[in-house]
Amino acid sequence: MARRSAPEVNAGSMADIAFLLLIFFLVTTTMEKDKGISRQLPPIQEDAPDILIKDKNLFIVLVNKNDDLLVEDEPMQLSDLRQAAIDFLDNGGASSNSPEYCNYCKGKKDPSSSDNPDKAIISVQNDRLTSYNTYIAVQNELVGAYNFLRNRESQRMFGWEFTDVKAAVDAGTYIGDRKKAEDNLKTIQALYPLKLSEASPKKTGN
Amino acid sequence: MSKFTKKKSNELPPVNTASLPDIVFMLLFFFMVATVMRETNLLVEQNLPKADQVEKLKKDRSVFIFAGKPSDQYKEKYGNEGRVQIGDKYTDISNIGMALSEARGKLIPELQNKVVVALKVDDDTNTGLVSDIKEELRELNMVRIIYITTPGNQLD
Repeated sequence: MARRSAPEVNAGSMADIAFLLLIFFLVTTTMEKDKGISRQLPPIQEDAPDILIKDKNLFIVLVNKNDDLLVEDEPMQLSDLRQAAIDFLDNGGASSNSPEYCNYCKGKKDPSSSDNPDKAIISVQNDRLTSYNTYIAVQNELVGAYNFLRNRESQRMFGWEFTDVKAAVDAGTYIGDRKKAEDNLKTIQALYPLKLSEASPKKTGN
Repeated sequence: MSKFTKKKSNELPPVNTASLPDIVFMLLFFFMVATVMRETNLLVEQNLPKADQVEKLKKDRSVFIFAGKPSDQYKEKYGNEGRVQIGDKYTDISNIGMALSEARGKLIPELQNKVVVALKVDDDTNTGLVSDIKEELRELNMVRIIYITTPGNQLD
């Protein structure tokens, strides 16, 4: 008796089946890509005390309904905002024998601008009709100014970029002593604390 | 004629496609691992603004708020004004609280008080709408927010 071998299964349509699955997954899923600018909103306080802030420690950015910028009473282009914010934050205007002296600032030490980064407050005021696009662009530039200064200080003190290490720690991919890295990040954040104030937008256009 | 002369064929041999399924399966597995299922059906336009000073969103502890103009197929019904969407439906500003606590209930319990509100807002929206949402969030005491953006810089 001749032994009959089992016939081979035709696998020609395997590719078609796999393509079908592939296309299904391509259509129904999205890439994980959400990134953004994170912010902490101020909690509501019933009777918030009025805190007096010296005029020189306040950096006011006004945005009108036509998306024009008015920075410290001067019209400004968006592209100059980051440098202006860096100059303001890094000024260190307090004199060297006062307790508020900033020994790591590399700014102009102009006494008419901010005393030190801890005192310096950036205030953004939008119109209700300002476009969200401009709003994010302004926030992005201001966060960029803080990141620039924080990166500079972390390079000087620890030899790494603040933003890189923070991203790695947040993602859980930091290699090495995580606790120490977090402490170091806090140190840098304390040198240049993010002090961005947002007044609620004005009602009228003009 | 000798028996051993090979028959000369002028045809090219067909390309072997046996490895095609393997290649396609590889692609399939890549997409299955790298992507997540679409959860919500967008009712509003979503051209997110560009920014580069960004942090990653922690997806396990976030709830989403979408805002923008109604998309084309809903324009006739809902008009051209910016609207807020939570979950699968439009929400009124004053109802954000209820919709958000529902969304928060779907997170795992340990992370429910670390919730981050992710704002996905179309770049053509007025800031007024966004600040209304933020006021509402302050009252709900959900103060950690993140403005979702796309990579890039608006200056270039």
